[in-house]
Amino acid sequence: MAATADLDDAFLALADPSRRSMVERLSRGPASVSELAEPLAMSLPAVVQHLGVLQRSGLVSSEKVGRVRTCRLQPEPMQAVERWIAAHRADLERRLDRLGDVLDETYGRKQ
Amino acid sequence: MSVTHAEFTIERRYTQTPAQTFSAFADPELKRQWFANAGNWEDAEWELDFRVGGGELSAGGAAVGNHKLFRSRFHDIVESERIVYSYDLFHDRRLISVSLTTVEFGPAESGGTRLLFTEQGAFFDGFDAAEVREHGTGKLLDRLGRFLAGEPV
Repeated sequence: MAATADLDDAFLALADPSRRSMVERLSRGPASVSELAEPLAMSLPAVVQHLGVLQRSGLVSSEKVGRVRTCRLQPEPMQAVERWIAAHRADLERRLDRLGDVLDETYGRKQ
Repeated sequence: MSVTHAEFTIERRYTQTPAQTFSAFADPELKRQWFANAGNWEDAEWELDFRVGGGELSAGGAAVGNHKLFRSRFHDIVESERIVYSYDLFHDRRLISVSLTTVEFGPAESGGTRLLFTEQGAFFDGFDAAEVREHGTGKLLDRLGRFLAGEPV
């Protein structure tokens, strides 16, 4: 079961077109802050602010090497969302497998 | 809190006839064996009233801090062919999903059953794993973002 606070942060982070465009760029590979800013019609401080929201949500991490800050997508928050329904479905599948066992025990296995 | 709509179908084949497979949904003694108390909880509760307008209740796990409650209502029952029900799922008394389930009992080779279990749900916390597999993570994130921003997905 995913932690709800983490999901809320991830949802909030993605509820903005600029941040989504940054996430989409990072889904193709790591990028510097200026590379992220390039296609966006906004100032660098505004980009850094959006980046802060993405980092606090855990969706993006960054690392500074020399003068360049490189950002990367961290898939974990989305995987938490994915796991939630996958677990629900797996639970139903386990039950339907148990149904097969109950049918075999009750009626015998047919050829 | 957001809502996500997801649909998936699980297919299973059983060697028993559709009438026998149907009985494992209709007969409380058989249904209890495969459906009730999946968590082996000491505080498990389970009730089945198998008729249109009736419902099923399955709960437990409070003692281990993982309380689950399943509460359904039967909408359509066609003997040995089809069962349609809707259900609420609560986790620690918080509603986490509302689903419509259609169970279809079709004939399979050699007199067995081909069972189709289709769930259409409103999930209040998550995403369908099938959707994640179909689209790349980027596309999913994009759709999620548009959805959350109230734009058409």
